[in-house]
Amino acid sequence: MVHPNAVEFGPATGLSCRECGALYELGPSFACTECFGPLEVAYDFGTVRRADIESGPANIWRYRSLLPVPVDVETKPNLQPGWTKLVKADRLAAELGMRSLYVKDDSGNPTHSFKDRVVAIAVEAARTFGFHTLSCSSTGNLAGAVGAAAARAGLDSCVFIPADLEAAKITMASVYGGRLVGIEGTYDEVNRFCSELIGDELGEKWGFVNVNLRPYYAEGSKTLAYEIAEQLGWRLPEQIVIPVASGSQLTKVDKGFRELVKLGLVEDRPYKIFGAQAEGCSPVSRAYKAGQEVVQPVKPDTIAKSLAIGNPADGPYVLDIARRTGGAVEDVTEREIVDAMRLLARTEGVFAETAGGVTVGVLTKLVREGGLDPEAETVVLNTGDGLKTLDAVAEHARPSAVIRPSLAAFRTAFAN
Amino acid sequence: MSVSVRIPTILRTYTNGVAEVSAEGGTLREVLQKLDTDYPGIGGRILDDTGKIRRFVNVYVGEEDVRFAEGLDTATPDGVQVSVIPAVAGG
Repeated sequence: MVHPNAVEFGPATGLSCRECGALYELGPSFACTECFGPLEVAYDFGTVRRADIESGPANIWRYRSLLPVPVDVETKPNLQPGWTKLVKADRLAAELGMRSLYVKDDSGNPTHSFKDRVVAIAVEAARTFGFHTLSCSSTGNLAGAVGAAAARAGLDSCVFIPADLEAAKITMASVYGGRLVGIEGTYDEVNRFCSELIGDELGEKWGFVNVNLRPYYAEGSKTLAYEIAEQLGWRLPEQIVIPVASGSQLTKVDKGFRELVKLGLVEDRPYKIFGAQAEGCSPVSRAYKAGQEVVQPVKPDTIAKSLAIGNPADGPYVLDIARRTGGAVEDVTEREIVDAMRLLARTEGVFAETAGGVTVGVLTKLVREGGLDPEAETVVLNTGDGLKTLDAVAEHARPSAVIRPSLAAFRTAFAN
Repeated sequence: MSVSVRIPTILRTYTNGVAEVSAEGGTLREVLQKLDTDYPGIGGRILDDTGKIRRFVNVYVGEEDVRFAEGLDTATPDGVQVSVIPAVAGG
């Protein structure tokens, strides 16, 4: 069935339940009324050619023919995220004993995290559905991305975060002028709060990017897959390491790769997807190692606050995908996270936030322990900017010396 | 034991649009049974064919996700609030 607004959603034709396959019209709904499973955007892509994509803008809208957005999305006020650098990480590869390694550095987005990708899609859906207020539950990066995108689009915003987030994330989430509400609780409690708010008159007219707009929002993560493949010269990587918070990003990167194969835009070759978590919040990694198909929630305690989701919505799919592709889900300690942040900075000049420390830490661990092939072409994601999580490395990142402005003082300071 | 149950939007077709209903029972299992008696069919939306809580449903008794407690055997003291919430949110 074609929705009257179909033209506003480009190639999207409806929503389908990832669990039971039930079909729905395009609308602001996110869970299947039959089984509560997540709704995903379904498409009729027709023919999509590399040349059409390559002639598009240097942002995610070059992939508009693969996304639920209007054809003229480029002309609308949005942050135009994406087309971030794929850094050939030869020095990091040498340290780890790997042949070919790339860092997809999403700290280069407008609000310095991958969240700008997903929010940009949600904003278009919000406009179409007539929502005037954008909202979300956030571990920090999303709140900033929603605030900024709402400001650009001329929408109101009211975002919710755990009150104890990093100072930089709180500042970024509030500077754009929308309402920022700190909740005394964990992210999972914030998320529950938002899920209840959406069923109340207070929030029923709001577009929650990661609740009632989640099917659209989540599609934004596919652009990571598209960009990586295009930047590699229209080729899938053999291995990719992706951070796992809710698991949505990993699930959609897989979806993006499979779409490229189906459309004939890349050669079909096997790829392995590895999920990365912090030991202090590793419900998916634990389930993976225990051979389980469901994820038992945990109460997070980690410096990787952007990944501190104890009850991950897409956890079961991460397990499915890691197993289907021959990958794995692994976790690292706080110490390994910090060491990995410093390693990436020292070898490649990329200052990642703690989530990037988690992916590079897991990469390091998997190579060391033989879980990942050092000869295979590998991509590791950095999804955020180290400037937002300064405390994690502050004690290791100090001036070598503080001296008076004289050559003598410098000679003395460095004499040893 | 009388408790109140918050119904998510997608199940309010069973409760004539009502967001919060009362039910009775000493455990979550009993509360959901009573709920299904009062609103036939709603139980099968929350529990799967084997009687377990569906994997994309979160159920809270008070502040606590019942998977941190005793699952369907979690005690439901008089006056407590039970919340049924779709799990596919966030991230």
